[in-house]
Amino acid sequence: MVEWIGILLILFGAIFSVISAIGLVRLPDVYTRTHAASKSSTLAVMVCLLGAFLHFWAHDGYVSVRLILGIIFVFITAPVAGHLICRAAYRSRVPLAEGSGKDDLKIVLFGVEDNVVPADVFVVEEVGDKDKKEE
Amino acid sequence: MKEIILFIALGLFMVAIFLNLYRVIVGPSMPDRAIALDTIGINFLSAIAIVSIVLTTTAFLEAILILGILAFIGTIAFSKYIERGDIIERKRNG
Repeated sequence: MVEWIGILLILFGAIFSVISAIGLVRLPDVYTRTHAASKSSTLAVMVCLLGAFLHFWAHDGYVSVRLILGIIFVFITAPVAGHLICRAAYRSRVPLAEGSGKDDLKIVLFGVEDNVVPADVFVVEEVGDKDKKEE
Repeated sequence: MKEIILFIALGLFMVAIFLNLYRVIVGPSMPDRAIALDTIGINFLSAIAIVSIVLTTTAFLEAILILGILAFIGTIAFSKYIERGDIIERKRNG
């Protein structure tokens, strides 16, 4: 019984990994691809290693400490790696996808140039400033 | 029956690895390629677990730990290279 639970967990992890890979291919941006690559892929690998642990425990009576260490290690390191890649992508000025919303960090890091504010609002603000200067 | 399910899972992991390989080759920027390589390493890790179940040995379980550590350190090195342009920083002005 526990063997079958382990095998079904492995199958679940494999399906989740394929879903994560589809997300990695289809999403439009580095920052959205990081979601697909770090969260769901981590869950897939953890579930798969847990299934292997349960299978070895039930089938051979072998409690594998190395698999538990692997689960803990993946759980700690994979989100950290995703966060670091995302930070490096933003600092090396990889552009956001078209249609993404407000970007407040750009003003803090790089100054105000080519902001994502819509054109109409920007023009109205400029006209207001000119009027004040003329007055 | 058990082996069939395990082989189906192995095939699904291979499909995932090939989709990630597409992102490594095509990916428009360097962080895309780095994160796809990290995901490939992690998927290999679980493929090794499945192979060790199919072959009923426990000899491959050390390879899981080593591969996880290598994937993590490789990703850290890539991200530092992309961000700073250098992996090992030397002291400025001696």
